[in-house]
Amino acid sequence: MTDLPAAPGATRLGLVIDLDACVGCHACATNCKEWNTGGDSGPLTDVNAYQAEQRGVWFNRVFTYEVGGRREDARTVHFPKACLHCEFPECVAVCPTGASYKRAADGVVLVDQDKCIGCKLCSWACPYGAREFDEDQGVMKKCTLCIDKIYNVNLAPADRVLTCVATCPTKARHFGDFNDPESDVSRLVRERGGFDLAPELGYQPTSKYLPPRPGRRAPTASPPAAASASRHGAGGFLRWIDRALSR
Amino acid sequence: MYPAYSVIFFTTASGAGYGLLALVSVFAIGGGLPPTTWLGLAAIGTAAALIGAGLTSSTLHLGRPERALGAFSQWRSSWLAREGVAAVATFPPVGLFGIGWVFFNDVGGFFAWMAAASALLALLTVTCTAMIYASLKPIRQWRNGFVLPSYLALALYSGSLLLVLLTRLFGVYRPAFALLAAVLLGVGWGIKWGYWRHIDAAPARSSLASATGLGRFGQARLLEAPHTEANFLMREMGYEIARAHARKLRVIAHVALFLAPLILLGIVVAGAPLLALSAALLAVLSAAVGVGVERWLFFAEARHACMLYYGRAS
Repeated sequence: MTDLPAAPGATRLGLVIDLDACVGCHACATNCKEWNTGGDSGPLTDVNAYQAEQRGVWFNRVFTYEVGGRREDARTVHFPKACLHCEFPECVAVCPTGASYKRAADGVVLVDQDKCIGCKLCSWACPYGAREFDEDQGVMKKCTLCIDKIYNVNLAPADRVLTCVATCPTKARHFGDFNDPESDVSRLVRERGGFDLAPELGYQPTSKYLPPRPGRRAPTASPPAAASASRHGAGGFLRWIDRALSR
Repeated sequence: MYPAYSVIFFTTASGAGYGLLALVSVFAIGGGLPPTTWLGLAAIGTAAALIGAGLTSSTLHLGRPERALGAFSQWRSSWLAREGVAAVATFPPVGLFGIGWVFFNDVGGFFAWMAAASALLALLTVTCTAMIYASLKPIRQWRNGFVLPSYLALALYSGSLLLVLLTRLFGVYRPAFALLAAVLLGVGWGIKWGYWRHIDAAPARSSLASATGLGRFGQARLLEAPHTEANFLMREMGYEIARAHARKLRVIAHVALFLAPLILLGIVVAGAPLLALSAALLAVLSAAVGVGVERWLFFAEARHACMLYYGRAS
């Protein structure tokens, strides 16, 4: 049934994405594609892979935003986005076949590739754009929270994390159980003020985002130091050169 | 949202079919239509053909149509599954009602109950179709109080124009049919007028600031998109129609769907038989074009919240 689990599960798995640490390298997106094309929901097919109008299935997409003022006040924020494994996933509720489901035990939202009829209604119901249709296979695909990796007993315990988490060079992604108040993810959300995307829509995403920290740049009111050094600050030889060149 | 022709044809054709079915069922029970074989065959046959063609068309946009049977299972949570169940459940009573009318020329007793069930299930199916759209939170042009009434009103209105044409053809026309069509036209026109006013004026629920949570740092702007080519989301949800273009199409919808049929209904009421028949036919054709444009706009003017991330308006 595409009914949501009646009671919350023992664990509530998800990600914390640190917008302060992300450098926008897209490693999460590319490594996700590599793992998952051979994984539970694979292959992640591409159409026109080596020519114009290339399109294909990706579970991770990294946006870059400019926030704040127009000039030097603006800050650049890299913004990776994937399925947030919501508490109230409308994508699951609208599915007519039961292919989309939310696991009762850990809250992971998955698509049964053998049941999906490719009606695309789930992608219409998701405000986060987390689902991408595989036009080659005719079914809907989405982030599996690396379900074939996080419980994989053939892997060393340290490797049982999402591939996007494992590959991130700046540790901007953290995986864990939000039901455990002492887990890394719960602690980070508590300490850094983790927030929900589009909370006004009521989907209650499990995965959270950490805001970028305040900028560490010197106040912009002070004059640029280097430009004035030769004219006013420096003495002797440099001042002579400056005077000589200014003639 | 991308206006897929299969879905536009499905919602308009099956809407008209279900509207006609509901009306002929009610009039058959009430004695407004004589239970003659050819009239029954034409009325129920037209309705069933429109419904069947629409439902077939709706399967064309599926990625895996061969698995469509699975789509009836989740009626407890999904309006799409409910629509499928209601659509299939409508066929048995329609079949029995049709057998009574066409073969036994009897629309009383058991067959009247079948007619009543047909009418109810027809309206229920249209309701489910409308709720598929009206329940989607990320699209404010769909999730509002105008969508369900407009689907029901336009289904009954387009059905009523078909009823006027059929009864004119078979010489069983009554002025009440044209009057009913005019009333439904008025109701539909009012709802669509209100719908367009609403979507033009209502504020968006989400913004890039709320969707990214970056609003606290000031205004957020897209600096770099995640990919250079259009992906599935941009092709499916990113369809955009120019405001001036939409305004022209709205005028076409107002004229073809409402204004022209209103004038033509006047001719149906007042005109000589042959003129009235031609006017009834023209009204159906004009409304068919009009409802197609209306439904195309229903999709093309809808903006999905996920496009906020790509720097688009919602």
